[in-house]
Amino acid sequence: MAQIVVHNLQKTFKVARRQAGLWQAMRGLVKREYTLVRALDGVSFEIQEGELVGYLGPNGAGKSTTIKILSGILLPDGGDCWVMGRIPWQERISHVRELGVVFGQRSQLWWDLPVIDSFELLRDIYQLSPGDYRTALAELVDTLELGGLLDIPVRQLSLGQRMRCELAAALLHRPRILFLDEPTIGLDAVSKLMVRGFIGRLNREKGTTVILTTHDLDDVEALCSRVMVIGKGKILMEGSLKEIRRQVAHERRLIVELDGDHPAEVVAGQVLGAQLVRWEGRQAHFNFQPDRITPVELLTQLSARFQVRDVLIKDPPLEEVISQLYGELRI
Amino acid sequence: MKAYRSMVKMRLLLLLQYRAAALAGIATQLMWGFLKVMVLQAFYLATNEPQPLALEQAVGYVWLGQAMLRMLPWDGDLEVQELIRNGNVAYELCRPVDLYGLWYARALALRAAPTILRAVPVFALALYVLPESYALRMPSAGGLLAWLLATVGALLLGCAMTNLMNISMFWTISGEGINRLMPAVIVVFSGMLVPLPLFPDWAQRVLEILPFAGLMDTPARFFVGQLAPSEVWVFLTRQFVWTVVLVVGGRWLLRRGLRRVVVQGG
Repeated sequence: MAQIVVHNLQKTFKVARRQAGLWQAMRGLVKREYTLVRALDGVSFEIQEGELVGYLGPNGAGKSTTIKILSGILLPDGGDCWVMGRIPWQERISHVRELGVVFGQRSQLWWDLPVIDSFELLRDIYQLSPGDYRTALAELVDTLELGGLLDIPVRQLSLGQRMRCELAAALLHRPRILFLDEPTIGLDAVSKLMVRGFIGRLNREKGTTVILTTHDLDDVEALCSRVMVIGKGKILMEGSLKEIRRQVAHERRLIVELDGDHPAEVVAGQVLGAQLVRWEGRQAHFNFQPDRITPVELLTQLSARFQVRDVLIKDPPLEEVISQLYGELRI
Repeated sequence: MKAYRSMVKMRLLLLLQYRAAALAGIATQLMWGFLKVMVLQAFYLATNEPQPLALEQAVGYVWLGQAMLRMLPWDGDLEVQELIRNGNVAYELCRPVDLYGLWYARALALRAAPTILRAVPVFALALYVLPESYALRMPSAGGLLAWLLATVGALLLGCAMTNLMNISMFWTISGEGINRLMPAVIVVFSGMLVPLPLFPDWAQRVLEILPFAGLMDTPARFFVGQLAPSEVWVFLTRQFVWTVVLVVGGRWLLRRGLRRVVVQGG
């Protein structure tokens, strides 16, 4: 059996709503109106031990809800789910012992106390032996570069520093599975790279299973061997990034640098079988479908009229693929 | 067990940081203490009838109330309430510990730490510095022991109430309501406002059944000697039964609350 099995998971939230204004507010005192929001509408998937899976979807698609059910925090309305053979909400305490969780928008550290105090509390909560705790801490301090941070009250840390401490806090007890809910949200480029590098290493070297939800597609590109896309409470697509790219966008992109300024219409008019998507400075971006026209044919057309100084062919950026995917799936 | 001990330690560390608040608190409590003692003296001077509580006992009772003020469950644990309100309770649920126990441990620290900090100076002043007619008198060894036991009982009972208030947040989202309601109830029914023995007889019978007398009135009456130390077992049993009822009820509610938990804020 796979390490994580999710079958036909359902969860509905009741959301109270009322229109703006005093009159509506007074009406709300007497008669409440609710809408039912189906956060999960039959989600199924499996994850093997040691996988690093990206879980994508627009805001409100049900990503966090899935993570919370898998962590034993929320109770689903229907469906089944086993994590390491356990049903999370039924055996919460033994389940969470082998689980690490980071919610990027929340903190598990004590705001007013030095970081080390929070770590020691976690040591006692997870009943770690002094030896195990020392080794785990030393290792995390080393890889996450926490050296100077442990004695500083959490509220005085920068976001990047805090997120590194949050990761360490989630890993002190050496969990076999790690859930990361937007761990790089709001981080600067350097911190992001560091967190990303750390997650990749953890997965490779320790074999920790990681589920990563994020809106940062660079995270996904750098880390995830497999991606699941959720929308409107359903898993809509699953596979490697390459497969998803191929399914959504068969197009490739040709970027050429031309010699001299030309109006966009002239550049676009010169080329048949490809679409000019961007024209800036002297750079033209064409999208084309390789099965209809080859790059050589395109270049031949272009060089008939312009001096081509530089050429680059690549996949369209992941952001565009994903937004196109969300658009096609109407989520 | 170690987790709970550690949690108590964390809270102590945190609460001991607020020294200025403790000093200000002590000043306020002394002021109120004097005010209440003077009001009681005026009442006692206005009557010739024998009262169920002698004047010097009533004065002592007031000082005990002032010293142990912070042990009363005035409100829920603001931190736990905030956790539930903003959804950080998600992290608490990811820990391999019993949530009720963890919150109970937090409540113990929340009630005990500031009490220790403030009781010592108030006791010192009331016992040894104040003039005869304003002073608290040292009880017999038996009275002191009975007071100690009943104080522990009061602490355990108060923490069960605190936890209940925390858990109510799963239904109300905001703790404001309960945090404003409880002080009024506690102040009257625990004996903070008027010593309970001075209430009319019909009220006594109700007050005796309610859990609130066990919070402050019971230990105070052993200290001032209005109750004989040999009676302590009856009162400890009463505190204990209420504590068990509130803990069992609180655990049941927590289980139901967790079933309907919604993690606020996504």
